[in-house]
Amino acid sequence: MPDPIVPNGSPAALQIRNLDFYYGDFKGLKNVNIDIAHKKVTAFIGPSGCGKSTLLRTFNRMYDLYPGQRAEGEILFHGKNLLDKKQDVNMVRAKIGMVFQKPTPFPMTIYENIAFGVRLYENMSKAAMDDRVEWALNKAALWGEVKDKLNQSGLSLSGGQQQRLCIARAVAVKPEVVLLDEPTSALDPISTAKVEELINELKSEYTIAIVTHNMQQAARISDFTAFMYLGELIEFNETGTIFMRPGKKQTEDYITGRFG
Amino acid sequence: MNTPSPAVIDPQMARIRTFRLQDMLFHRTTQVFALVVLLALVGILISLTIEAWPSLVKFGPEFLWTNIWSVPDDEYGALAAIYGTVVTSVLALLIAVPISFGIALFLTETCPVWLRRPLGTAIELLAGVPSIVYGIWGLFIFAPLFAEYIQPPLQAWLGDVPVIGGWFAGPPIGVGILTASIVLSLMVIPFIASVMRDVFETVPPVLKESAYGIGCTTWEVVRNIVLPYTRVGVIGGIMLGLGRALGETMAVTFVIGNANRIVGSLFAPGTSIASTLANEFGEADPGLHIASLFALGLILFVLSFVVLAISRWLIARSVGKEGV
Repeated sequence: MPDPIVPNGSPAALQIRNLDFYYGDFKGLKNVNIDIAHKKVTAFIGPSGCGKSTLLRTFNRMYDLYPGQRAEGEILFHGKNLLDKKQDVNMVRAKIGMVFQKPTPFPMTIYENIAFGVRLYENMSKAAMDDRVEWALNKAALWGEVKDKLNQSGLSLSGGQQQRLCIARAVAVKPEVVLLDEPTSALDPISTAKVEELINELKSEYTIAIVTHNMQQAARISDFTAFMYLGELIEFNETGTIFMRPGKKQTEDYITGRFG
Repeated sequence: MNTPSPAVIDPQMARIRTFRLQDMLFHRTTQVFALVVLLALVGILISLTIEAWPSLVKFGPEFLWTNIWSVPDDEYGALAAIYGTVVTSVLALLIAVPISFGIALFLTETCPVWLRRPLGTAIELLAGVPSIVYGIWGLFIFAPLFAEYIQPPLQAWLGDVPVIGGWFAGPPIGVGILTASIVLSLMVIPFIASVMRDVFETVPPVLKESAYGIGCTTWEVVRNIVLPYTRVGVIGGIMLGLGRALGETMAVTFVIGNANRIVGSLFAPGTSIASTLANEFGEADPGLHIASLFALGLILFVLSFVVLAISRWLIARSVGKEGV
């Protein structure tokens, strides 16, 4: 693996160095080196089981919840190694938010779904909280649809709305990085389009890393694309380059649909 | 065009008819099984009422709130037994619910993997220990230790506090309402803990991950995600424990002291419906005594039914309110 590129000379929000990941004895990631560019969208593509979700889940140490999973190497965030045992994992997760494949509204009202996370780290008045909830729902382009039913259960929304609620929830705590793990794979095309539009707007303020099965989606919304295969980072470059002039045979085969 | 001839259709129709008959038979058979349960329930209720009739006629509704149980005078009232049953069960739950909650939390959220299975199995084994074993353990091991090492300090510490001081008055003799409650709590912990563990495990991992994903601690995830999500199951588990505590007979009979009276102190001996029945049925003479025991049985039956109904109602209400 050559030195990781920092495409376009963009500053990196996250620097991943020599990252190995293990599920018990199985090595899920092999010596991954990559930079996630600041306030850009970085997409991870590759066939199922290639390790792209695994990689994403190392960025906020989600794997910590599961015994037997461990990561070795370095993930530098503001110069500190996130994988360091001494690193406070709750703080990491507040700074690096995540949205999952399936919408996961909490079993509480729409308002509380947003306020809950904010309250964990900030004390604010009711009025300030109201503002924050409105702000976050606006960010997720959901405010207009839910402003009259903030006290209803988050589960009463449609799938697409639930997913935007989850994005609002992640954004509400003002993270620096938002991780999206196949955020549209359970959504219909219209909801997908809305979420993609949203990602496009969010990148002016947040660093975004997205895992997707959908290559067109990666091409549409990302600035940089990483192609992974069997736990290795095969190729990483600007999205245009990856899709128009891939440097590796495997990448070309995958994006032209010859395997995967 | 390929019109099926009648010769082709007939065997098909015959087969469909057979299927229909089989289906009907299956339906009826299972229906009978289910009805047997209902029949048994109604049968028990009717026979209890018939046997209790003389007592019901003699004492009327006052039976419920009369605090007297005198075999020589042939005067009976259920208050002491009801009091003992309700107080021991409620106290047992007060002790058992927090402990079970802790056990279930530890098992599902923070327990190292290698310990999870042995610990889970051990708790389920506890549920299988016959109640008589808890009884003799309570009487011969726990009660003397309790009388010697726990009751005197409790009395010294809380005995002079207004209001609750009276709960700890009286001679520290080991057996009594509090001892029965503690032994009962030990018996219901395995039930409540395993139900709680099972329902905690039904929370989708991705839901917990999303809560961890915004920086929640384990406690915050449990408090705000796991508990609301599993509320119905948790209430169900607690009610299961309460049902068991209300009807528990042998262990309570051993340690409650069997005194058919109401004393404000938790150290004082008391009685419960089930233990009164167990103690007196053998030597009760036909007549009002037996009838009154049956009336106690009927009360226990109704009490359990009410507990079940309340838990159903709680569950239905909470489901309706949150729309979860």
